[in-house]
Amino acid sequence: MDYIIEMLGITKEFPGIIANDDITLQVKKGEIHALLGENGAGKSTLMSVLFGLYQPEKGIIKVKGKEVAINGPTDANALGIGMVHQHFKLVHNFTVLQNIILGVEEVKHGVVKTEAARKKIVELSQKYKLFVEPDALISDITVGMQQRVEILKMLYRDNEILILDEPTAVLTPQEIDELMNIMRDLVKEGKSILFITHKLNEIKAVADRCSVLRRGKYIGTVDVEDADKEVMSEMMVGRKVNFTVAKEDAKPKETVLEVKNLIVESKREGHTKRLVNDVSFSVHKGEIVSIAGIDGNGQSELVQALTGLSSLSGGQIFINKEEVTKKNIRYKNTHGLSHIPEDRHKFGLVLDYTLEDNLVLQEYFEPEFQKHGILQREKITKHADELIEEYDIRSGQGSVTPARSMSGGNQQKAIIARELSRRPDLLIAVQPTRGLDVGAIEFIHKQLVKGRDEGCGVLLVSFELDEVMNVSDRILVMYEGEIVGELDPKVVEIKELGLYMAGSKRGGHHED
Amino acid sequence: MKTDKNTKSVTDAQNQKTCFFSRWFTKILSSGFTASLFAIILGLLTGLIILLVANPGQAVSGFFMIMFGAWSEGLKSIGMTFYYATPIICTGLAVGFAFKTGLFNIGATGQFTMGAFAAVIVGTSCSFLGSAQWIVGLLAAVVAGALWALLPGLLKAFLNVHEVISSIMMNYIGMYLVNYTVSNVPILYNQLTNSSAQISDTAVIPKFGMDKIFAGSAVNAGFIIAVLVAILMHVILNKTTFGFELRAVGFNRNASKYAGINEKKSITLSMTIAGALAGLGGGLLFLGSLGKHIEVVDVLASEGFDGISVALLGLSTPLGILFAALFIAYIKQGGFYLQLYEFSKEIIDIIIAVIIYFSAFSLFVRGAIKRYLSYKKEKAEAAAGSMGVSGSTSNSIGAGKAGNGSTGNSIAGAGKAGNDESKGGSV
Ligand SMILES: Nc1ncnc2c1ncn2[C@@H]1O[C@H](COP(=O)(O)OP(=O)(O)OP(=O)(O)O)[C@@H](O)[C@H]1O
Ligand SMILES: [Mg+2]
Repeated sequence: MDYIIEMLGITKEFPGIIANDDITLQVKKGEIHALLGENGAGKSTLMSVLFGLYQPEKGIIKVKGKEVAINGPTDANALGIGMVHQHFKLVHNFTVLQNIILGVEEVKHGVVKTEAARKKIVELSQKYKLFVEPDALISDITVGMQQRVEILKMLYRDNEILILDEPTAVLTPQEIDELMNIMRDLVKEGKSILFITHKLNEIKAVADRCSVLRRGKYIGTVDVEDADKEVMSEMMVGRKVNFTVAKEDAKPKETVLEVKNLIVESKREGHTKRLVNDVSFSVHKGEIVSIAGIDGNGQSELVQALTGLSSLSGGQIFINKEEVTKKNIRYKNTHGLSHIPEDRHKFGLVLDYTLEDNLVLQEYFEPEFQKHGILQREKITKHADELIEEYDIRSGQGSVTPARSMSGGNQQKAIIARELSRRPDLLIAVQPTRGLDVGAIEFIHKQLVKGRDEGCGVLLVSFELDEVMNVSDRILVMYEGEIVGELDPKVVEIKELGLYMAGSKRGGHHED
Repeated sequence: MKTDKNTKSVTDAQNQKTCFFSRWFTKILSSGFTASLFAIILGLLTGLIILLVANPGQAVSGFFMIMFGAWSEGLKSIGMTFYYATPIICTGLAVGFAFKTGLFNIGATGQFTMGAFAAVIVGTSCSFLGSAQWIVGLLAAVVAGALWALLPGLLKAFLNVHEVISSIMMNYIGMYLVNYTVSNVPILYNQLTNSSAQISDTAVIPKFGMDKIFAGSAVNAGFIIAVLVAILMHVILNKTTFGFELRAVGFNRNASKYAGINEKKSITLSMTIAGALAGLGGGLLFLGSLGKHIEVVDVLASEGFDGISVALLGLSTPLGILFAALFIAYIKQGGFYLQLYEFSKEIIDIIIAVIIYFSAFSLFVRGAIKRYLSYKKEKAEAAAGSMGVSGSTSNSIGAGKAGNGSTGNSIAGAGKAGNDESKGGSV
């Protein structure tokens, strides 16, 4: 059998953990090969080894049958290997074009030539329907477009072997469909793709074969056609996973969040567009309310206004019947609000702090963790150890692991642990299960329901329709900054929900 | 099969042992400390080469002078080392403390000058304060330095004006303001020397017995104050909730805001504290002895820039800074005696410059050490493999770290300039 990539007996260690333990991975030319594994199983590490970012302690890599040494991304590039990282690596104050050509730019008399590059980029983007604006700054474009820039970067370098590390975690369902079409086109051209994802549906939809890792070890490879979701997830976590959440009907109690006529105006100069337009709703203790909608319809702005991360232009917010519109973030955080933010690296974590310091990020000032302004290290460590145990946060060195070195999913688990363990009255969770494996998602969903049953009100913002339908007791649909419908997940069909989200239907289901 | 397993567990145990040592060894070698040490050694070697070129006959004795000259007059020269170290401990802390909280305080010079100025004003014109005069003088220095940093701090926090720009401006404003005022206010001015007037006796920082121990040197209680302040800064940064907040803001302004930390206040405070530290340095130097005067020349005070070097060499940690300042003062003291061998004492400045240059490359040096270690490790393993000891699960933390550490380099090498969002945002 002709393999384009063979990684044989790869072992890679980090302080306190064997991230890859004698792993073998063989990829055929022209296939989409999925890599599946729990959070921290070692997927990103294995791909970083292939891309030359890490040197394995043991094992060999063969490309097209020849053993190669990949000492860095430059070597990888020369072998036709390109990678889109789990957390993008783009220069934010550069334009799309500059990012794409960075490192392979054509220079004449010390001046960068861009005409040829621009032409090639435009051609590529038309050919693969990867729409980008070459002159837009990275900081101004959506995550979906950043994703396309990363892919164009690989295509621009004529890479044949494409590594996509959780490319769909940050995309909306529509964008995911587009991406999967692009992937199909690419393999038709003879390129080979290594595709990491936690979503079994996606593997079923595009992948040819799937290799499974568990806790740094290689479990096996299956043909996707012959394996159903249950088999794959059992291979991955070592037990059966429930995809639907078992829960009783909600018993809503008193109002915990009340939003009245909330308005957020665009802060960009010259814009007066209302990103959140006169939104009113409430959340009660003991219920989970979802905000469904396509990304970019004002959900982020709504949440940032509620939590205080950005200011609002009008309206009122009440938490536990107390007006908190003008209160600062610390006040809200200590008066019942917990928040799982959308962007874990930007808001959720201080990556250069240890895990234990991140776990007290919202509480370090409480008497429990400090005395006369002196941090109580022992208690902080103990607190961390408890949460690590309870939420199964995996890392190399336990509580003193630098957050930066943790796997993406485990970083997310740390945030969730921190926010849920504060026993909030109101939890605002944005994409809480982004980047989590199916086992962890099941666990988090259970925790959300448990929190609800113990009297917490949950406001869940999610782009995952499955999650919205599964977990919530009530669905609010947001479209162009407005709430266009209130639906009951037990009654509404996914299709109908889609119509609301696309803006082609309005009005409350319950009013019918 | 069974014996196989046994041998394996034996080698495993051995591995465990070597692993502990190699881990410890690698940790030391790959820490920033070694990088600084390497920078120092390289700097000194460069110095030796310069000496050899300048005057081969005297080079070796000259080099010995640099290395051990600070002992040449026994406790007196050690005392002088402490004396010289005092102000640069403070300015080093001013730069390092700010840096730990995400700010680049290039304005230490101006803050130092303002501190000196305030101290001299109190020292020359407030003799009615009696024995409290030096204390009030130092407090004035602290306040003046703090105020001088407050403005760049506010600009950074509220208008996102980069602190480097605004504090450079403050450096010049401070220097000209001080020169102008000193030369135009009679009570502050000594026309003969074109410098500030003599401070009163009661304004001089007491010796606290330092003059007994280090007889003949200028060292005074100021050194003790500087050391205590360094320890205090260490505690504040690493042990208190306040330091937790300041560092969090330095690392990630957005996450700090999310955690309810008032990041604007943190930035302002941190800059102000940095300024207070530099100001204290000015006070400690200019109230340290009767002989020190502010000279009316249009030159920025070098102590501020020495602070940047010291902070760099000391890896911005308060205790590191303490030792870096002592080291720099130590070889400066040696350089002073270098003149005995007909070398110019500026050679020391070159050596210091080289050391700083290399410690600025500390990351690079660190990466190189790690690569070397992992290379050796690989070779050793290959050798071991061919000898048939194959059961060993490679416990090479060193190699692991090597790959890890070189990540940044290699990414940059491929021109993909991985940019750190959180930091990019806050700069
Ligand atoms: N640079 C590093 N330094 C130290 N430990 C690391 C480093 N990178 C990864 N690890 C550790 O190695 C293990 C595997 O991490 P990896 O990122 O490969 O997981 P993953 O399978 O990609 O998980 P996820 O699905 O959460 O992204 C984790 O326990 C992580 O803590
Ligand atoms: Mg990963």
